[in-house]
Amino acid sequence: MTATTAGHDAVHDGHDHGHEHAPPRGLWRWLSTTNHKDIGTMYLVLSLTMFFIGGAMALVIRAELFRPGLQLVEPMFFNQMTTMHALVMIFGAVMPAFVGLANWLIPMMVGAPDMALPRMNNWSFWIMPFAFALLLSTLFMDGGGPAGGWTLYPPLSLQTGAAFPFVILSIHMMGVSSVMGAINIIATILNLRAPGMTLMRMPLFVWTWLITAYLLIAVMPVLAGAVTMLLTDKYFGTSFFNAAGGGDPVMFQHIFWFFGHPEVYIMILPAFGIVSQIIPTFARKPLFGYASMVYATASIAFLSFIVWGHHMFTVGMPLAGELFFMYATMLIAVPTGVKVFNWISTMWRGSMTFETPMLFAIAFVVLFTIGGFSGLMLAIAPADFQYQDTYFVVAHFHYVLVPGAVFSIMAAAYYWLPKWTGHMYDEKLGRLHFWCSAIGVNILFFPQHFLGLAGMPRRIPDYALQFAEFNMISSIGAFIFGFSQLIFLWVVIKCVRGGEPAPAKPWEGAHGLEWTVPSPAPHHTFQTPPQITEAEAHS
Amino acid sequence: MSTTTHDAPSAGSYYVPHSSPWPIIGSVGLFVTMMGGANLLNGHAPTLLYCGLAVLIVMMIGWFNNVIRESQAGLYSPQMDRSFRWGMSWFIFSEVMFFAAFFGALFYARDYALPWLDGTSASKPMTHELLWPTFEERWPTNGPGRVGGTFEVMGPWGLPALNTLILLSSGATVTWAHWGLLKGNRRQLCLGLAATVGLGFLFVALQAVEYSHAYQHMNLTLGSGIYGSTFFMLTGFHGAHVTIGAIMLTVMLLRSLAGHFTPEHHFAFEAAAWYWHFVDVVWLGLFVFVYWF
Ligand code: HEM
Ligand SMILES: [Cu+2]
Repeated sequence: MTATTAGHDAVHDGHDHGHEHAPPRGLWRWLSTTNHKDIGTMYLVLSLTMFFIGGAMALVIRAELFRPGLQLVEPMFFNQMTTMHALVMIFGAVMPAFVGLANWLIPMMVGAPDMALPRMNNWSFWIMPFAFALLLSTLFMDGGGPAGGWTLYPPLSLQTGAAFPFVILSIHMMGVSSVMGAINIIATILNLRAPGMTLMRMPLFVWTWLITAYLLIAVMPVLAGAVTMLLTDKYFGTSFFNAAGGGDPVMFQHIFWFFGHPEVYIMILPAFGIVSQIIPTFARKPLFGYASMVYATASIAFLSFIVWGHHMFTVGMPLAGELFFMYATMLIAVPTGVKVFNWISTMWRGSMTFETPMLFAIAFVVLFTIGGFSGLMLAIAPADFQYQDTYFVVAHFHYVLVPGAVFSIMAAAYYWLPKWTGHMYDEKLGRLHFWCSAIGVNILFFPQHFLGLAGMPRRIPDYALQFAEFNMISSIGAFIFGFSQLIFLWVVIKCVRGGEPAPAKPWEGAHGLEWTVPSPAPHHTFQTPPQITEAEAHS
Repeated sequence: MSTTTHDAPSAGSYYVPHSSPWPIIGSVGLFVTMMGGANLLNGHAPTLLYCGLAVLIVMMIGWFNNVIRESQAGLYSPQMDRSFRWGMSWFIFSEVMFFAAFFGALFYARDYALPWLDGTSASKPMTHELLWPTFEERWPTNGPGRVGGTFEVMGPWGLPALNTLILLSSGATVTWAHWGLLKGNRRQLCLGLAATVGLGFLFVALQAVEYSHAYQHMNLTLGSGIYGSTFFMLTGFHGAHVTIGAIMLTVMLLRSLAGHFTPEHHFAFEAAAWYWHFVDVVWLGLFVFVYWF
């Protein structure tokens, strides 16, 4: 590889450990690599694969719901699809995508040579494909895969057949992977920043990941505990969730959601970070309110630990609990509002252009906010008694997760693809992908609000006739959205294979260390840490 | 935490290993272990489980050997050392949260679920009225269904108190060993470590005695309702962690005998000691909330 800047010549001169030779070739390179860019790529490929597998399951669901009546699949299989779709998308598509982005970007953004613990980084990744092999294999077992919902509530989930231990143990593997990945990210951010890269000069993507990693380490072990108790209740005669033995099935919900609510922020904080990188670039203005963004992220993380009860308003909590969780949940809207305000203020009077990453980022701001608003409606405990377990909840979390988290991942992919591949992606196709996705996603999820308010329950394969029209519209949107993702696949493949060569900094308004290295980014970057000055950091 | 405290690392000083076979071996090992474990639970033979565990053990030995060799070769800069410190601290934090889930279950069962079931809580009287109007037991209990049959409660005095003493002393001996290491006194280091390891395994042995007594003479089992569940899961996971910690300290003892550590450079020892203090603290929680109150 040829270094293009003086800074990089210094890297090679001063370098003496001999990891400069080209990486080994073939499969072994990927199996044994310790390079953050290789590992980041593998995470992203895994994520995309899981996105399509989970997407296929979603299309089975929407195809069945296209018309009332049982059409295509057995109800039992339908339930397996809803359960597996959620598990695959959450743990297989969204989380690995963010970890992949973290791997690629954090070392470059803080001026580090690699992740702090490169071998462990490889392990974190390679656990994942095996975990998903275990999880997906359950679909082919006697009795099929898990069908009690991704939340695994007992006693229903305890009725799962042979699949049960596979599901639990695959969740353990994902947990191990996430915790190791998070430890690595924290160590990298706290210990490998280049001189002058103070905490308050870090790009927001790095900040949001620092806090996300903290959340991961705090809650993944709690999920591990919860599912371990399920396992022992089923196979070893414990009574954690069995009232006859003095336990309580509702206790599972408390433990699960103590993990579960921070988990949803694990899936959105890195998205906030991405959007906070992209909007300033294409508005050609520094991010409005950098410090307030950092504090808002931290407050969201803190609050996320004390709101879990909003998933349980209807289980029969004491009144004081209902009120506490209601008000605490509403509080989250404040820092979230700060963020939305800052993004809009960043764009205010900017000289904006609308390349694909920016389109996705703007759509994120608008559509995520819709999800935030429906969240606020759900946070009102008495109102939630009506909404709970209806399609309104489905609409809510899909707005925050699809045009929220997933759009941010798309935005990130378009934004950094030139850096990763050294080629510009096809802008026309990118925009086509954006418009199909943005239109499709709204046709898909907006009607679900109405369905939910009208009383259609979630997780059912059949429904009453009055829900027919909106379901049909929603299913049409699903197929538009689903198939548009093939455009994305095509754009990525095309961009990897060729295209207009990308300069080191393909976006005029971009700032940050990753744009100071050539495109594609050399295998090793910043082996000599760059010096960061105040002026560079806040431009 | 400001970057000015970093010694600006000189060119290439942060050691990035090229590539390593151990992680993928570990992934395969974990996969086979998990598959084997699930098969076992589904009533199949444990062969696969043992194979997976064997691979994992080989992986750990190989990987740690690799790290030790690199450390001895002087590849680890002070900055690298700090990465290890952050890594270990956050790992211990994750373990704390794992135990927190089980302590949470204990507190929830005692302070919410039971008072609802036995009618002593005013907040949800109907649970008692409708489900088990005759159930009036307090903690410790195996619930209204008397799951697992009548059992005896494990009191705090006797073995558990002795074990507390043992574990606390082992915390002291490991610190004494550390002082020896800092002074460059290898004899003190090795003696202190040997004492710690001995006390650690003694603790585990006494736990085993306690368990067998519980099963054979007290009818107290994992299946003894919520009391048995929380008792055995908490103490069991703790015991497993003590075992792991004692194995870590054994390795440190062997490395001390081999002269690996210097007063300046001995993070592996400290990591093991941190871990040991962590299991110590967890035990105090167990002693107070599981055995005593
Ligand atoms: C302003 C912020 C938010 C508020 C006030 C909020 C509130 C709520 C409430 C009250 C529920 C429970 C509804 C019910 O089951 O009756 C819920 C469900 C859910 N939320 Fe949010 N939410 C917010 C943001 C988010 C974000 C950012 C995500 C993910 C990225 C998210 C993901 C979910 C998911 C996945 C569920 C459903 C879980 C399930 O039952 O399967 N939410 N939200
Ligand atoms: Cu929530």
